[in-house]
Amino acid sequence: MNHIISIRDLSRTEIDQLIDEASRIDSSVSFDQSLKGKILALLFFEPSTRTRMSFEAAMARLGGTSIGLDSVEASSMAKGETLADTIRVVSGYADTIVLRHPKEGAARLASEFASVPVINAGDGAGQHPSQTLLDLYTIRQSMPLEGISVGLLGDLRYGRTAHSLAYALSLYGATLHTISPKGLELPTSIADELREKGTEIVEHRDVSEIIGTLDVLYVTRIQRERFPDSASYFKVASSYRVTPDLLTGVRERLIVLHPLPRLDEIDPGVDQLPYARYFEQSRNGIPVRMAMLRKVMG
Amino acid sequence: MKRDAREGLLISPIRNGTVIDHITGGEALNVLKIIGITGATTESISVATNVKSGKMGRKDIVKIENRELLKEEVNRIALIAPNASINIIRNFEVFEKKGVEIPSILTGVVRCPNPGCISNTNEPIDSKFEVLTKGLHCLYCDWIITKDITSHLI
Ligand SMILES: [Zn+2]
Repeated sequence: MNHIISIRDLSRTEIDQLIDEASRIDSSVSFDQSLKGKILALLFFEPSTRTRMSFEAAMARLGGTSIGLDSVEASSMAKGETLADTIRVVSGYADTIVLRHPKEGAARLASEFASVPVINAGDGAGQHPSQTLLDLYTIRQSMPLEGISVGLLGDLRYGRTAHSLAYALSLYGATLHTISPKGLELPTSIADELREKGTEIVEHRDVSEIIGTLDVLYVTRIQRERFPDSASYFKVASSYRVTPDLLTGVRERLIVLHPLPRLDEIDPGVDQLPYARYFEQSRNGIPVRMAMLRKVMG
Repeated sequence: MKRDAREGLLISPIRNGTVIDHITGGEALNVLKIIGITGATTESISVATNVKSGKMGRKDIVKIENRELLKEEVNRIALIAPNASINIIRNFEVFEKKGVEIPSILTGVVRCPNPGCISNTNEPIDSKFEVLTKGLHCLYCDWIITKDITSHLI
């Protein structure tokens, strides 16, 4: 069965194929109807309107239909039965299941009980392979993925988006510069694993000391609830804010990415600069998810 | 030999069953736990802990009467007593002698320490860990247990 559960399950070749396919889809004028007659089940046990809309739009572009529950219905359903049972039942309704669930490992479990492919749209701390694939795709629109220098800025401890991107970039020989507040550093278990694979990881406290050498600056949210009070949050958040000033004298090909929604991490003044790519990044979710849907159902 | 005599006092020979020898000193009770022996089970068990051993300094020995451990049970022991040797006894004789081998996947043996892990819910699944050199890797949530594995035994 052709599940897409974690970026770690995909080889570099498979990632390249998905990105190539997304790129082909993106450049074609009209979309084929290759998934006409197919049904996609969207099971969202917690709200994530954008991810859900993006999958629905991708499915519609390929001529297919989506069915699903909203998060309220899904969570009341969850009280009555196990996820394993829900998945077995929904397998009978659809050709693929897209799952978002608050428990870590839920998508892996679903893949064990499903008789159709499962795509992980986020389980637990928010990791989902479609985000990482669209991050990679957005970078590759500007530059080759091999050997680039990438700054990861923000909450690198809890931010699973950054973890799976770091992992994927290590497949391409990137150098990673981590810039995070005290206590929100990249977990050593992850850093050690990536170093074992030969990835160079350099830690910084201040983004300005490294910004001039970066090809990509990947900004993640710093969540208020990680801090004891709002004063200490604002103090940290303001020192990790990306502003037009910070971006003077950077490499010409630098791109700034953010998984969105942003809070205060990026000054709106950055939006007009040529480096800002986060809205394109968000839009890239459609061709990337189309490529994923085609991979599992095509 | 004197040493044998002293051991003999601690644990008498068994007619049929399993002798687990060369258990890391102090781990005997965890070995029993890992193969599912509790106060409620009916097997007749002898345990000797911190027995002097030339090779290991101190070792534990466990004898289980009328039960021959299966390969899968034996391999779980490797997790906490990698040097253990297993002797299957039939009619007072060693019928089969084997070492332990760390399995590549542990199913239903340890509990994932991550409270947010799907394996800690009422789903109809067993915990599943991949055995790596640096520890145990939860195949559901990717958590890695690096130390104190015995405290996570189910
Ligand atoms: Zn787990």
